[in-house]
Amino acid sequence: MAEPAVLEVKGLTLEFATRHGTLRALDDISFSIRRGEVLGVVGESGAGKSLTGSAIIGLVERPGRITGGEIRLKGERIDNLPPDRMRAIRGRRIGMIFQDPLTSLNPVFRIGDQLIETIQTHTGMGQAEARQRAIALLTEVGIPAPENRIDAYPHEFSGGMRQRVVIALALSVEPDLVIADEPTTALDVSVQAQIITLLKRLCRTRGTSVMLITHDMGVIAETADRVAVMYAGRIVEIGPVKDVIKHPQHPYASGLMGAIPALDTRLNRLTQISGSMPRLDAIPAGCAFAPRCTKAIDRCRSERPDLMPAGASEAACWLVGKVSAEASA
Amino acid sequence: MSAPVVQIANLSRVFDVSKPWLERVIAREGRLKLNAVDGVSFEIRKGETFALVGESGSGKSTVAKMVVGLLGPSGGHVQFNGLQPGEKPRPGAIQMIFQDPYASLNPRWRVRDIIAEPMEAIGLRRDAALRAKRVDELLTLVGLSPRDGDKYPHQFSGGQRQRIAIARALSSEPSFIVCDEPTSALDVSVQAQILNLMRELQERLGLTYLFISHNLAVVRHMAHRIGVMYLGRLVEIQDSDALFDNPQHPYTRLLIDAVPNLSEIGRDRVPVQGEVPSPINPPSGCTFHPRCPLVMDICKRERPAFIDGVACHALSRKG
Repeated sequence: MAEPAVLEVKGLTLEFATRHGTLRALDDISFSIRRGEVLGVVGESGAGKSLTGSAIIGLVERPGRITGGEIRLKGERIDNLPPDRMRAIRGRRIGMIFQDPLTSLNPVFRIGDQLIETIQTHTGMGQAEARQRAIALLTEVGIPAPENRIDAYPHEFSGGMRQRVVIALALSVEPDLVIADEPTTALDVSVQAQIITLLKRLCRTRGTSVMLITHDMGVIAETADRVAVMYAGRIVEIGPVKDVIKHPQHPYASGLMGAIPALDTRLNRLTQISGSMPRLDAIPAGCAFAPRCTKAIDRCRSERPDLMPAGASEAACWLVGKVSAEASA
Repeated sequence: MSAPVVQIANLSRVFDVSKPWLERVIAREGRLKLNAVDGVSFEIRKGETFALVGESGSGKSTVAKMVVGLLGPSGGHVQFNGLQPGEKPRPGAIQMIFQDPYASLNPRWRVRDIIAEPMEAIGLRRDAALRAKRVDELLTLVGLSPRDGDKYPHQFSGGQRQRIAIARALSSEPSFIVCDEPTSALDVSVQAQILNLMRELQERLGLTYLFISHNLAVVRHMAHRIGVMYLGRLVEIQDSDALFDNPQHPYTRLLIDAVPNLSEIGRDRVPVQGEVPSPINPPSGCTFHPRCPLVMDICKRERPAFIDGVACHALSRKG
C-alpha cells in the first residue's frame, strides 16, 4: 500500500506538570488509521482515550503538554503546527463529534447558522450556496423537513436529533478524519442504534476515516474495523476487531471481554478483574497491569513490555508467546 | 412457587409540571400533568431478582421510589407480604442502593459511621461494641477490610464506594433491596465485581432485589423476571430467559435488537425510527403505536389490556 495512512501517531507521549511532579498521561502511543477505516479506542475512565483524541486535534489544555512523538495527517506533521494553522485543520480536515450534543452546539444560534458558518469558513462558499449545502446535509443525516428545521435552535431538537446535527456539522466540509468521542453515550439504546448506523453509512460512502472513542465494547464490535485497548495511558492491545474480541491476547483485554455481560447467554459469574486502574501518580514500574494480573511473572513487575505481534493483533505483554502457545496446545 | 414479597397493583404517579401560577394566568395556560407511571402492576417473589428496564423517561425510577416509600403514589398501592395495602413494613426492612456512589455517601463521615447509621436509626444492636463488630463483619462481607472503616469515602474508588453502599444497605438486615442503576456509574471491570457480589449476597442471605437498569445485558445477567417499561406503562413481563429468547411485545423486540452485541461483529442493521415521545403529551391508545411496525387502527384508539404478560393489540388478536 503506497498510500500513506490518513492518521499516523508515533510514540505520542503527553505529560502534565504538577506541583507533585510530572504525571505521564499518555505513554508511547503508536497507531495508524487508513482511509475509510474505523479505529475503535476502548478503555475504562482515565485510561487516556479522550486525551489521545484531544492531542490529535491539538486541544490539550495546559498544564498538559506533548513531550514526545509525532502525529501525521496524510504524511504531514501536525503536532508542532502554530495555533492558527492548526485551527485551519480542525474542522476542515479533522471533524469532531463529542458525547453531549447540547454542549457542542451553541445554544443561542440557529443550527442553520452554525452549519453555514462552518461551511463558509472552510470553503468560501456564498451564503445561498452554503445554505443549500446545509439543507442537503441535514437531509442526509435524517432530519425530517430540513427546510424548516434549519432555522430552529438546538433546544428545539431531541437528543438524538441534536447528535445528527453535530454529525452533519462534523462532516460538512468533508474532512479526512472524524474523531468521535463517546458519540452515543448520552443517548438511549434505540437512538444509539440509529446514530451508529448513520455514522457507519456516511463514513463508508465518503471514505472518511473515523477514530471512535468509547467505553462500550458492543458499539466497537458493530462499528469498528480495528480496535485499540488502552490501559493507564498505554495501548495494551491493538488489532482487527474480530480477533481482539474473540481471541484477546493481553490479560487485561481478555478480562475486559469476560467482564461484559452478554445478551445471548447468562453466566453464573462474570470474569472479574480485582482492584481498579492505578492513578496516574501511582503507575507501577514494569507493566501497569501487573498488580491486577493473575498471570504476572517477575519480569512484568520490573520491565515494561512494548507492543509485540500476537496472533493477528499486537499486544504489550511478556506472556503473549506463552498464552498463544497454551491456546494451541 | 414462593410467596410474593411485594405486590404492586395499578400503581400510578402524576407529576404537576405546570408553570408558576402568575405565568399560567398571563399566558392563559392550564395546568400541565405528567403521567410518570401509569397503571403498573406486578409482584416480586421471595428470593428473586425482579428487574425493570426501559429507556430514560419510562418511569422505572419513579416506580422504585414509590416501592420504598420515598414518593407517594397518585393511584394504586404497594402491598408488602402480610400487611394491608399501603401499610409500611418495619423500619429497615427495605433498603436502597443508588446509582452514584459519589453522591450517596456523606463525605464528612467515616465509613464505619456510615454503615452503622441504619442500625442506630432503627435501634438495632444498641450496644456500641456489638455495632462495631457488626460493621466489621459487613465490611468483610462486601470484600473490604475492617480497617477500611476508619477511612473517609473520598479514599475509595467508585467500585469500593458502591461496596460501602451495599454494606450500609445490609446493616439494617433488610429482606428486600431496591437497586436503582447500581452499576451504571462504574467501569465494566468494576461493574462485574459489583454484579458478582450482589448475586453472591443474594444466595447467601436470601435477599430479594428490585433491580432498575437501562442496560439489558446487565439485567439479563442479574434478573429472574423482567418487566419492560415504556412511557410509564409496563408493556411486557416475562421470565428472563423467555424474554430474551422469545420477546413478544414489538417494543421489547426493538430494545433487545438495538443493543450492540459482542457476538455480532460488524453487523449492519435497520434500526427502528423515531424516539421516545414526551410523557407530557403521550400518543393516544397504545403509546408505542407511532413507532410500532405492527400498528393497527385499534392501537391508536384503545389502550391494550395486559394479557399473558404482554400489553399489545396485535399479539392478542393473533392469539
